[in-house]
Amino acid sequence: MPIPLLGLLLVMPALVIVLLLFIVPLVSSITGAFSVDGRFGFANFQKAFELYSSDIVFTIVIVSLSALLIALLSIAIGGYLTLGSNPRAVAILRWLYRWPLFVPFIVVGQILRTFLAKNGLMNSMLMQLGILTPMQTTSFLDWRGIVIAFVWKQTPFVTLLLAGAMASLDRSMIESARNLGASRLRILIEIILPQVLPTLLVGLILSFVTMMSVLSVPLMINAQSPTMLTASMAFRINAYGDYGVANALGVISLLTTSLVAWVYLRQTMREHR
Amino acid sequence: MNATMIDLKWIPRALGLGLLAFAIFGPLTNLVLWAVAEKWYFPHALPLQYGFSYWVSVFSPRGNATTSLTMSVIIACLTVVFSIGLAIPAGYALARLKLPFRGAILLVLLIPQAFPNLPVYVNIARLFYQIGLNGTVVGVVLVHVTHGLVYAVWIATAAFSAIDRELEEAARSMGASALRTFRDVTLPIAAPGLLASAVFVFLESLDEFTGTYFVGAPDISTLPLLLYTAGSGGNYQIASITALILLLPSIGFMLVIERFLRADVLSKVGR
Repeated sequence: MPIPLLGLLLVMPALVIVLLLFIVPLVSSITGAFSVDGRFGFANFQKAFELYSSDIVFTIVIVSLSALLIALLSIAIGGYLTLGSNPRAVAILRWLYRWPLFVPFIVVGQILRTFLAKNGLMNSMLMQLGILTPMQTTSFLDWRGIVIAFVWKQTPFVTLLLAGAMASLDRSMIESARNLGASRLRILIEIILPQVLPTLLVGLILSFVTMMSVLSVPLMINAQSPTMLTASMAFRINAYGDYGVANALGVISLLTTSLVAWVYLRQTMREHR
Repeated sequence: MNATMIDLKWIPRALGLGLLAFAIFGPLTNLVLWAVAEKWYFPHALPLQYGFSYWVSVFSPRGNATTSLTMSVIIACLTVVFSIGLAIPAGYALARLKLPFRGAILLVLLIPQAFPNLPVYVNIARLFYQIGLNGTVVGVVLVHVTHGLVYAVWIATAAFSAIDRELEEAARSMGASALRTFRDVTLPIAAPGLLASAVFVFLESLDEFTGTYFVGAPDISTLPLLLYTAGSGGNYQIASITALILLLPSIGFMLVIERFLRADVLSKVGR
């Protein structure tokens, strides 16, 4: 058998599964959004914008804010891991930062729901330390809770990628900059960051898509309106069986991510050349 | 002079590391406390009474957790077998063979990473409902396979491309068939990477919520679904115990991942 045909045969089963169970439903979510009583129309979108425009804005703001915080934290942690002068502090940080890496979102939702509540452990500890009085405690179970959950879970992932890229950089340029008296912050921002920017971007985009897909965290932490689009879609289907509007919301979230994903796919495909 | 300088520098370091440790371990401690709390209400900082009576009821033979745990493990094992079975040939072909439409194939395998999967699950659920796969183990396994397969193919491709070609060529030149070379040379060297991808797919399936929520519920109950129902019912002890069961294998994997995935394989993931 010629080699190209054999290769195709070996890839085919995996490809068929992804095509049938991801690409086809993806396409039907798009066609479903434009289908009104079996005909083409925009009524689903009209209704989606009427009922859920605050959720759309809420989702984009929350996810962008989380991505920004994740970027800042992972640059700070990765930068210290690469440039830190004390080996013991670096070792402690390396051991510490990755704990949330594989904690499932559903577990993140549960632990933060109990931790951030008005009577949760965080407020209790602040009260014990005398920083807060019982009257001053507030619940963080709103948009702040979602942002905290996303940052808590996704920062280790982006940091892992970023620290790996930083570690594989050529040290000689960093050392010579140090010898010339450049501060570590300046080395991080002017020498290291520009070289690892593609990795940071890929990590952030993957996190962006992940955050746009998570249903459990908004359901568990933010049981109020406005909420994330994922929760609105689930509600639309469970309460009304309304696939049209749910699919319209789906297309809106697809468009948001495809704008971001386009950057990612272009980057990855370029590396495969 | 020098010694005091070093001592002083530990103040900001300890402060930063301490804050990070609080942010990471505070919530985790809270989970463990809830799992062993018998009585705990506001404004008490710590549980009033500790005990394992909830553990007994969760793990009783007729308890929900036992059923959900069994179901979760069955689904995760089937998912691993399917995903790895499909990923080994695909990964080998992508790493080693000349493929026509290589770019298009990679694109199809990257797309599930690049789009939110909830709209997809909604429509799979609708499709499965028509063909009677909703609420079945097969239906849930298929959804998990689609999700896990993409990671499995990536890691398998990376594991195969990290192998030195000369080893395979040496075996071939000594007269071994292509199949035998693959079985006796390539596969054993790639095994640690493939094992890591199997563990990863297992965990992804064990932790998967959204797809199971749409395709499986209410007939199929996995641990994440049990956690969700217990939590929304206000039963934080049951929810926390379930969360702890899900947490242990994940943290175990986090601690050993570097032994499985060597740096040279890790650096090739997604390339």
